[in-house]
Amino acid sequence: MNIKLKIWRQENSKVKGKFIDYVLDNVSPGMSFLEMLDALNTKLIQEGGSPVAFEHDCREGICGSCGLYINGRPHGPGEKSTTCELHMRSFKDGDTIIVEPWRAKAFPVIRDLIVDRSGFDEILKAGGFISVNAGAAPEANSILVNKEVSEEAFDVATCIGCGACVAACKNASAMLFVSAKISQLAILPQGKVEAAQRVQAMVAKMDELGFGNCTNTYACEAECPKGIKVINIARMNREFFTAKVVSQKTT
Amino acid sequence: MFHSIRLFVLSVMNIVQSNYTIMGNSLSQSSLTKKYVVALAGLFLITFLFVHLAINLLLLLPATDTFNVAAHFMGTNIIIKVFEVVLFSGIFIHIIYSLIVQVQNWMARPVRYKLENWSHTSPFSKFMIHTSVIIFIFLVFHLIEFYIETKFLGQIADVVIDGESYPDMGLKVITAFKIPIVVIGYILSFIVLGFHLHHGFQSAFQSLGLNHTKYTPTIKLLSTAVSIILAVGFIIIPLAIYFGNY
Repeated sequence: MNIKLKIWRQENSKVKGKFIDYVLDNVSPGMSFLEMLDALNTKLIQEGGSPVAFEHDCREGICGSCGLYINGRPHGPGEKSTTCELHMRSFKDGDTIIVEPWRAKAFPVIRDLIVDRSGFDEILKAGGFISVNAGAAPEANSILVNKEVSEEAFDVATCIGCGACVAACKNASAMLFVSAKISQLAILPQGKVEAAQRVQAMVAKMDELGFGNCTNTYACEAECPKGIKVINIARMNREFFTAKVVSQKTT
Repeated sequence: MFHSIRLFVLSVMNIVQSNYTIMGNSLSQSSLTKKYVVALAGLFLITFLFVHLAINLLLLLPATDTFNVAAHFMGTNIIIKVFEVVLFSGIFIHIIYSLIVQVQNWMARPVRYKLENWSHTSPFSKFMIHTSVIIFIFLVFHLIEFYIETKFLGQIADVVIDGESYPDMGLKVITAFKIPIVVIGYILSFIVLGFHLHHGFQSAFQSLGLNHTKYTPTIKLLSTAVSIILAVGFIIIPLAIYFGNY
């Protein structure tokens, strides 16, 4: 296959970036998208140019590192898959592929296609924890959890924090991510203790970081590689409302 | 055009932001609080639209007497007058909060994508700000014509019904709906309103945290029904008057 690429190149967050055109021959349809970029980088290095910086780690769809905005969609074409799971067979010979980084004020570009997603870590630090007794491991069945509830919590916990929801949202809102992290704890008994405090702290941190507001367009749900549902955003809205109303503290 | 407005607003907001860390109370409110406010105000405005539609449909009766009496009641009754203040506040709050949210959303993505994504989402949800601008323009014309002119400028003829004198609102509406451009503008505005409500109604429930596997499908159906009933309901009135013998 012969592929034309339009890739966003940006030295760092201070300078302006621009699109650079590349042509890559001998692309195998069996290559993953990241392997194609590896091939491009090998070629660029051999030609004495600077390689395209992109983030990757596990290359099997569970680490959440890779995240490229390909032809107008986070993680490119295909349903419920990450960039590393995207293969070149999804494209045709001679196609032009536009590759951009996640674009959000809260995700500044570090270099080329790599963005700084530490905002997500900040949100998690604000409230994504539970209190447990230190010491010996507790008896596994001392807290009973309904099977459906545990499965629901697990489904939400599959969020890999890749940021595709922010990238897909027309408002660059992080609410799908934040609501997933709130929900995975809020629906389990172990997470109830800090529930009210958690939702307020995490939402406040999200706002502070400059993510947009949710306007219920649900592009996040459509593009989430792990299929996290927007019903979690409603749960967050509910949790936040009750927390604000019930809370003794005036904030 | 929207792109240039967006750029202008962003540059103004950047200046404002660099000078004030927190701009007023409403900007510093949580993103979720703003959602609740927009949703509640929006739902309230929908209930008002149903009342307004019910009264407007009286125009389709053979004589305008009933409509005139109803319009007079709506314009003079003390309880309705109190609600008029609530209504205008509702409109104001809905607009202001939506604008704040919109500007913040634009600010959240300073550099846009070269190729914008078109995920599998409701198309109407992406154009809420665009439809709202058209609805707002309609509202301005509407308020000038039927609120300010009749209420404050007294530019309206009187009609005697059962020995009492009423402002002839019916005649005013019918005269307006005999003008093709008014009819077309009116119909277009309500098609746009239908699109706005198709997303808005069900979206308000999600914003208030009311999303449930059992009830949300019904709420979404209701949203379609509400948007169609209101849009079609308002649209048949100018059509009937323009093409009928009123």
